[in-house]
Amino acid sequence: MSAFPAGATEAGAAPPPTERKRRRKLTSFILPVFTGLMILYLASPVFLMVLYSFNDLAGERQIPRFTCCTLDWWRQMSEIVPLNQAVRTSIVVAIPSALVATLLGTLIGLVLGRYRFSGRAVTNFVIFLAIAIPEIVLGSALLSMFVELEFPLGTPDFLPLSILLSHIGFSIAFVAILVRARVQGLDRSLENAAQDLFATPQVAFFKVTLPLILPGILGGFLLAFVLSLDDFVITTFVNGQTNTFPTWVFGTARLGIPPQVNVWGTILFLAGISLAALNLVGAFRNSRRAKRA
Amino acid sequence: MTGQPPVPAPNAPLEAAGSPPARLGGAVLERRRRTVAYLLLTPGGIFLALAFILPLALITYTSLKSGGLLSGGGFTFTWEFANYTDGLEQYSVFYLRAITYAGIATIACILLSYPMAYWIAFYGGRWKSTLFFLILVPFFVSFVVRTVQWKFILGDNGLLFGPLKDLGLLPDDFRVLATPVAVVAGMTYNFLPFTALPLYVALERIDRGLIEAAKDLYATRFQAFRKVVLPLTIPGIFAAVILTFVPATGDFVNSSVLGGPSTTVIGQIIQTKFLTEFRYPEAAALSVMLMLGMLVIALIYARILGTEDDTLAAGAGL
Repeated sequence: MSAFPAGATEAGAAPPPTERKRRRKLTSFILPVFTGLMILYLASPVFLMVLYSFNDLAGERQIPRFTCCTLDWWRQMSEIVPLNQAVRTSIVVAIPSALVATLLGTLIGLVLGRYRFSGRAVTNFVIFLAIAIPEIVLGSALLSMFVELEFPLGTPDFLPLSILLSHIGFSIAFVAILVRARVQGLDRSLENAAQDLFATPQVAFFKVTLPLILPGILGGFLLAFVLSLDDFVITTFVNGQTNTFPTWVFGTARLGIPPQVNVWGTILFLAGISLAALNLVGAFRNSRRAKRA
Repeated sequence: MTGQPPVPAPNAPLEAAGSPPARLGGAVLERRRRTVAYLLLTPGGIFLALAFILPLALITYTSLKSGGLLSGGGFTFTWEFANYTDGLEQYSVFYLRAITYAGIATIACILLSYPMAYWIAFYGGRWKSTLFFLILVPFFVSFVVRTVQWKFILGDNGLLFGPLKDLGLLPDDFRVLATPVAVVAGMTYNFLPFTALPLYVALERIDRGLIEAAKDLYATRFQAFRKVVLPLTIPGIFAAVILTFVPATGDFVNSSVLGGPSTTVIGQIIQTKFLTEFRYPEAAALSVMLMLGMLVIALIYARILGTEDDTLAAGAGL
């Protein structure tokens, strides 16, 4: 981890030499090594997933022993029909879920970030609760509602509405919080300046405010997409007979997962990471442009 | 930005967006702005009411029903408070176990992520955002898939203990999988980023001048940390508890995948009752009690720190 410029921001009065040496050791060796190990620890299951997608094994279930290497599982990635359907359902749900949640969540975040109105505190509190509530409570509550209203679970096959509605519901709050933080961090004088230059409030909003909060909105979309794609707990309550990728994997975990799970997991991982990287690059460009201007 | 500022500098961030008081009558503008706010809020508000508030109301309604789906007749609403008293009596041990596991995992998460967040926030330099992003990488793989991989790491002859047993460093009957240790380890792993991010944000926003000031006043490094840095990160620690302890208490994935019969937690009971036994009222009562317990924690947090703290947004913004 020597690549990290340790102590780059360190400044201060000169302490006695021995203490200084000890401090050096902590911040230039112990802590960076610890941080590096933690990052490896966090990434280890991801690494294993990718590795095991190339595991040359005789059976059809993942085992701890790793034998290098085969592309068989990548070639046969679509052999398991229910798994394919589960992946398809995950993606088909995640896209509209993220779109709707981003639209509704952005509106809420915008309002909470810039308007004062009665009901603001209540809205903030509901958003806070929607994030703080344990998923199992929300999942079981959604199931209770669907049962109570006799809403069909997990149908129609091509786009299970109970799953979609639930995913939109829990994603809205996350998007709203992200956008709210972005709006509150805005420099108000920019919008005021636009209006002083005779921009109508609408023009000022679309030409100044919206571009500034766009990274927050895109981040919200990405978050909502990943949340939906990954969600297991809430989905398992409302999916009926239809599986998503996580619920299918959980169902087979007891028997052992087929290596194709690792293949699909790797593909979804790469897709998610690329989206995030695009978003980061976009945000970086934006901030550079803003600095130059 | 050389233009003359005819509008007094916006005094509060929440002040009206670009509302030059000189141009329009204050009251008219105020009313119009409020209308706009409500209009924008309506679609999302309706959705939240239907997908968040209504379910919570209906699960409470379900929890007061009696009867059975399998015995025929279905459920009827009878103010059946026995669902609560019986549930508490029968399952309190599973609540306690869940709280214990989640509590230990939360403490472990804070102890592990504090030094990391501290180093990144104070010494990360230009690598800060990269390091920050690396903490988020696991989130692009489903929680379930990651937990299943831990099964292979922690397994009896898995990647970690298999080689140690082969070398004779561990007895053959040594096991971690299916014990509380595995469940807590899994929870710690899965919730760690939710602890690290709010802590990072809390550390990052500390004014470095304060630490310098403490040092100028002859505080040692440790004193400066304990009296300045640590107190200022308390909001981050609180947010970490909300985002780690609360979900970990309701978690049933770690216990199902990594645990055994002796590690059953309340989340598994609720899940089984809902999804395999179809005993909705009893299950709903157990879930509502879990919700109420967590609500108390959330209310304490909101009371002390409000609902708009940056650290919570950071953790939620994962």
